[in-house]
Amino acid sequence: MAIALRRGATATTALVLLGAVLAALLTVMAGSPAHAAETRCALVKPTDDDTISILGRICDRREKPPVAVPGVRVTVEDEAGEELGEATSSEDGTFVIDLPGTSIEHLGKSYTVVLDESTLPEGTKPEITSRTIDINLDNDQTVIFPIGDAGPAKPSKFTEALQLMVGGLVFSVLLAMAALGLSMIFGTTGLTNFAHGELITFGALVAFFIDRLPGRIEVGGTEITVIVGVLGAFLVGGVFGWLNDTALWRPLRRRGTGLVAMMIVSIGLSLFLRNIYQYFAGAQTRNYSQYGAVEPWEIGDILLTPKELTVILLGVAVLVLTTSLLQFTRLGKATRAVADNPGLASATGINVERVIGTVWIGGAALAALAGALLGVTQGFDFQLGFRILLLVFAATVLGGLGTIWGAIVGAFVIGLFTELSTLFVDPEFKFVGALLLLIVILLIRPQGLLGKAQRIG
Amino acid sequence: MDFNELLTGSLQQALGPTAVVYCLAAIGLNIHFGYTGLLNFGQAGFMMVAGYAMVTMSTIWGQSLWLGVLVGVILTVILALMLGVPTLRLRADYLAIVTIAAAEIIRQVISAAKFSDDLGGQDGLTGFIKPFRKMNPFDEPVGIDGVVMWSPNDFWVMTVGWLLVVAACLITWLLMRSPWGRVLKSIREDEDAVRSLGKNVYAYKMQSLIIGGLFGALAGFVVALRSATVGPSFFATDVTFFAYTVLLIGGAARVLGPVAGAVIFWFLITVLDIAFGQMTAGADPIIPASIMDSTQASLMRLIFMGLGLMLLMIYRPQGIFGDRRELAIDGR
Amino acid sequence: MDAEQEVTGRTPGVDVEASRRALAGIEPTPGVAKPDPILVADSVTRTFGGLTAVDVAHLEVQRGVITALIGPNGAGKTTLFNLLTGFDRPDTGTWSFNGTSLGRKPAYKVARMGMVRTFQLTKVLSKLTVIENMRVGATAQRGESLLAAMVAPLWRSQEKANTDRADNLLERFLLAEKREDFAGSLSGGQRKLLEMARSLMTDPELVMLDEPMAGVNPALKQSLLGHVKSLRDEGRTVLFVEHDMDMVRDISDWVVVMAQGKVVAEGPPDTVMADPAVVDAYLGAHHDAELTFEEEEKILAEAEAEIQKEAQGHE
Ligand SMILES: Nc1ncnc2c1ncn2[C@@H]1O[C@H](COP(=O)(O)OP(=O)(O)OP(=O)(O)O)[C@@H](O)[C@H]1O
Ligand SMILES: [Mg+2]
Repeated sequence: MAIALRRGATATTALVLLGAVLAALLTVMAGSPAHAAETRCALVKPTDDDTISILGRICDRREKPPVAVPGVRVTVEDEAGEELGEATSSEDGTFVIDLPGTSIEHLGKSYTVVLDESTLPEGTKPEITSRTIDINLDNDQTVIFPIGDAGPAKPSKFTEALQLMVGGLVFSVLLAMAALGLSMIFGTTGLTNFAHGELITFGALVAFFIDRLPGRIEVGGTEITVIVGVLGAFLVGGVFGWLNDTALWRPLRRRGTGLVAMMIVSIGLSLFLRNIYQYFAGAQTRNYSQYGAVEPWEIGDILLTPKELTVILLGVAVLVLTTSLLQFTRLGKATRAVADNPGLASATGINVERVIGTVWIGGAALAALAGALLGVTQGFDFQLGFRILLLVFAATVLGGLGTIWGAIVGAFVIGLFTELSTLFVDPEFKFVGALLLLIVILLIRPQGLLGKAQRIG
Repeated sequence: MDFNELLTGSLQQALGPTAVVYCLAAIGLNIHFGYTGLLNFGQAGFMMVAGYAMVTMSTIWGQSLWLGVLVGVILTVILALMLGVPTLRLRADYLAIVTIAAAEIIRQVISAAKFSDDLGGQDGLTGFIKPFRKMNPFDEPVGIDGVVMWSPNDFWVMTVGWLLVVAACLITWLLMRSPWGRVLKSIREDEDAVRSLGKNVYAYKMQSLIIGGLFGALAGFVVALRSATVGPSFFATDVTFFAYTVLLIGGAARVLGPVAGAVIFWFLITVLDIAFGQMTAGADPIIPASIMDSTQASLMRLIFMGLGLMLLMIYRPQGIFGDRRELAIDGR
Repeated sequence: MDAEQEVTGRTPGVDVEASRRALAGIEPTPGVAKPDPILVADSVTRTFGGLTAVDVAHLEVQRGVITALIGPNGAGKTTLFNLLTGFDRPDTGTWSFNGTSLGRKPAYKVARMGMVRTFQLTKVLSKLTVIENMRVGATAQRGESLLAAMVAPLWRSQEKANTDRADNLLERFLLAEKREDFAGSLSGGQRKLLEMARSLMTDPELVMLDEPMAGVNPALKQSLLGHVKSLRDEGRTVLFVEHDMDMVRDISDWVVVMAQGKVVAEGPPDTVMADPAVVDAYLGAHHDAELTFEEEEKILAEAEAEIQKEAQGHE
């Protein structure tokens, strides 16, 4: 009894701690966007309306600080080369091009923003004359054209790589959270859960639901509705995981259902949940009421939005916390013992079902948190989790199914690889690259990067 | 509710071209999973490669469909070899994930905007069907008056398709009663034991992958002929999952399991679809629009299918014709 | 004797008595050379992480006799079996069978060369019938090639002959009435028997048995002992792992002792069991005292329960 209480206490402390970190970090998102000096080259404030605008600015970076370049003609073209709109940069170097029509029409399209070189002042040359942007959200899009001497035609590969790294890191930590849950559940129960993607989507949906509740939640004048939503997703996600286990998987384990059969059950569950989600949430891409359009900070040549930084920091904190829990608490040690050898663990007095229950709660909560944060960073629809499920699997398998560090290492390999590969290949092939990487690594190490070989005989 | 439409529509689908497609795909999976225990979740990839091969031979190179079929078969074998080399040594769960990944790679590459000039991108390809329709001996709708009717084109696809199914079943039956089939079943049970008896497990798995993949290729051909077009949406991951459902309904490791499964699956799916469609249609639907609109009604069949797959796997994993004792799917 | 010949097909090409006599004069030291070795291993090592599971400097197995491989739990016996039969790859080492080097040979090729093993955790093909299990064992089946498989007349006669051979073996291993049962329904001991019978279907030259007697009841054990001896008399070589010292003493011509991955002693059974190093490593203080009947019963019951549990865990 005493032990049970202590275990409970540890878990609660952990949860409270996690909550605190979560709240603290998320407040960063709300606060302190960078303020660029008026005299210099300013960024445009995104609008919060229904249309998509392309915002940008043109700066001469030979000066320190950079100065605005007015009077430059800029056009937007679609994939077929058709011109959709144009603008001329104003006194502060900025321009705004409103795309015609509603935002839905532009989703999934890719547009090119082109500088008219003839309108540039004498003796200057743009470092780039065109940028291609993919419209994935119904947010406004920001583009920046640095102007300098007739120098390199493109930003250096290095700068580009750094910029991609930011996106890659954001994706990696979210992937790692999702992969950790999948891997722990596999480790303790042997279940290859094809419905794990739906746990991710569930988080995004819960946050969305809380966000759409009437009224707004404020603390000291700052709105924190979405923050509460993300926290809610984490908690409700845990409950959902518990429900999954109690209502479905535990009874199946009791019946002694085979692992392959369970894998197929999870496919059925995935199909079921995904369509239920669509039934209630519809098929369109959705965004939360906050953080849709935030002004990025400029660090050197790199753009970094506060929400990206927040997600990275929060993600790392969550990962550190989770792995420390697994490493140092009794329950964590028990979890690893069960993952290592369930029979032996139960023989040494560990309550295996209890451990599995906790793993389900924790794993699903992490997945839901990842889902909600994915929703914050890039918007979501009912297929959010299903779409990245393969990458989550790739991360877990790369690291070796069932190993905790493996899942995290695998997630970072996959996350960074997907983004950085766009340096060399078309962005439309970035998932292909990651999946190929998975196959190649398994070819060399069939047990994954950190997994161990199985015993024969 | 219009029960006549319900019955007619369901029968039409249950025996129609789409049922043929899933039947062939499931026969392939039966070889992989039912007999050999290989969890191939990339059947859609085999279908896609074959379907596109047949179509592009005529749209890009102006060759006949027959040559397209031949190229499709060759490419399928090559795909099976390429997929088999890295994956067949893997554990069952890894194999499942890698084959899904491979199918997704194929789909994303074929549908890429970069290759859309030749492969049609997201829209797919058309304009190859003429020679096939020219051979069509039917020029009037075929069926039983008042019960079920198929258009001449559909019926022509069905004729070809069901003949292919018969051939595939016959081959499966011949193979599975032979010592070769016995080795496959043994591999499903315990591949180390089979290895210890001097059988080249890897070679057998590869043969199984190729043969099952070829049945998948037939499914891919029929997809193209059925729709007179090929596009990436015909080969999504869910297609493989549906084929598994078909297989499991009929019963894995049964020669006729996929046939029964395909007919039953499409009958039930269509019944649900039409029933919910009717209940939400019209000005004064049986189910009020606030609860379910017609878009939501179209989701009901998938919701039920997911639920059905779960319940089937839990309560009757051997399917309708399977023998509980000789059950392929209770692995460790 | 005639029936026996028909069952096995292997004509005794080795003079059993001569082989046994040849062993008599050999120095009982680890790694000693044998007059006619069928299997030779040199500096074979295998580590798992930090643990050295196998570290065998030199080992020879004499043709035509029964060699026992003993050692405490975790000594590396099963791992050595895995390495020698190609189921696992060693870190270093070379080994050869009948003079042919087996380095990097896949398991199935090793088996085809006539070196067949059984598994400590029995591997029966649960959802095949007992007779089908046996038929799988037959080698060089024409119907096992893809094209011939579809034409039954090509393989039917061979199948018939294999079935006859299988039936004979089942008779011998007391499994005849289980012929049509699913192998998964057999008891733990019966599975051991089936696995052994099935391995004989390949007509092996060297049979490697990993704890063939574990979980087999005492009466059946006696008849199994007879079978193992008859394997030798047919001209096969037997290498087996066993924890039951009485059985080892009873049937083996030569004993190899492993501890912590190394061969620590080898020699004729009586010599080895008197060796103090072996007593230290393995047998413990009480090895001389015969087990009382109750003790034996208890240990047997425990073993039986263990096997049952194992079997259930595998279904
Ligand atoms: N795949 C593996 N991974 C890690 N350790 C292993 C593996 N296989 C064997 N071992 C270790 O190697 C050592 C030797 O194991 P092995 O199974 O060969 O012992 P054994 O002599 O057969 O024992 P027993 O008599 O109990 O069967 C043991 O400590 C075991 O834990
Ligand atoms: Mg052992």
